[in-house]
Amino acid sequence: MDLLKLVEKEFATENDYPKFSAGDTITVHYKIIEGNKERIQQFRGTVIQKKGAGITKTFTVRKMSGNVGVERIFPENSPFIDKIERNKSGKVRRARIFYLRELTGKKARIKEQVRR
Amino acid sequence: MAGLLGKKVGMTSIFSAEGKNVPCTVIEAGPCVVTQVKTVDKDGYSAIQLGYVDKKEKRSNKAEIGHNKKAGTLPKNKVAEFSEFKEDYQLGDVLTVDLFKGDLWVDITGVSKGKGFQGVVKRHGFAGVNDATHGQHNRLRAPGSLGASSYPSRVFKGMRMAGRMGGDRVKMLSLRVMKVIPESNLLLVKGSVPGPKGGYLIIEK
Repeated sequence: MDLLKLVEKEFATENDYPKFSAGDTITVHYKIIEGNKERIQQFRGTVIQKKGAGITKTFTVRKMSGNVGVERIFPENSPFIDKIERNKSGKVRRARIFYLRELTGKKARIKEQVRR
Repeated sequence: MAGLLGKKVGMTSIFSAEGKNVPCTVIEAGPCVVTQVKTVDKDGYSAIQLGYVDKKEKRSNKAEIGHNKKAGTLPKNKVAEFSEFKEDYQLGDVLTVDLFKGDLWVDITGVSKGKGFQGVVKRHGFAGVNDATHGQHNRLRAPGSLGASSYPSRVFKGMRMAGRMGGDRVKMLSLRVMKVIPESNLLLVKGSVPGPKGGYLIIEK
């Protein structure tokens, strides 16, 4: 397995994203290439899971667009991520908050946590 | 074809220059030692025999030890023949992953993972019975008929049936070389490769 890590090291990219975990509200600034133009789109929502290790880490962000839930999975090492902002840190008891999918409206709120 | 012996390390994914997430297999290729040089004069064809990974002496027989002594090395766990190298190699020469520098594509041979005794749906891609209702029961993955009745009154040879699956020699053609890391003898190819992690592979270019 050490050799795999060595390869991942070779391809690892430096990033200075803030630390975030499930329950946090983040904004992902994502580069989108249209033809030869590049623009940045923002995706703001709640992190519902973080997954993977090393270079293959991903995280899932869920937001409500109107009354339709939209989930997007971002690879953490993707070169298309411009920056990530942490807007709110939420207080949740589990690492994967899939129960949020069944909840809407007032029930889908997450308590804010004051981080030290 | 020219090539090397290697071992599968595992899979990961990397981002290409265009930003695409590419699944990759990491292979430890070489260093391999030339353990025999075959020539047209002597053997009727020209090839070189490469050995990979030293074998314990107590696990080798005298013939193996003697054969590898000529090349000045220890007996090897895996041995294979290659030909059509650009350079001429001598007995005892060491070939490294540098061989694949500048190559875009390689072919990789390995032994696929054993799947055990499998039914026709998994083994041959039969569709099974599509209905679970309408009176069907316990025949969802059955093969169906094996042939006609009084003529030919037998089952044709080669009829696809359940049986042992996997553990076959499989050759993957034209795998894209993503990167060569000579310092640690590593080769990255796009996509998957037959066999388990640590399985031996023959890499040809």
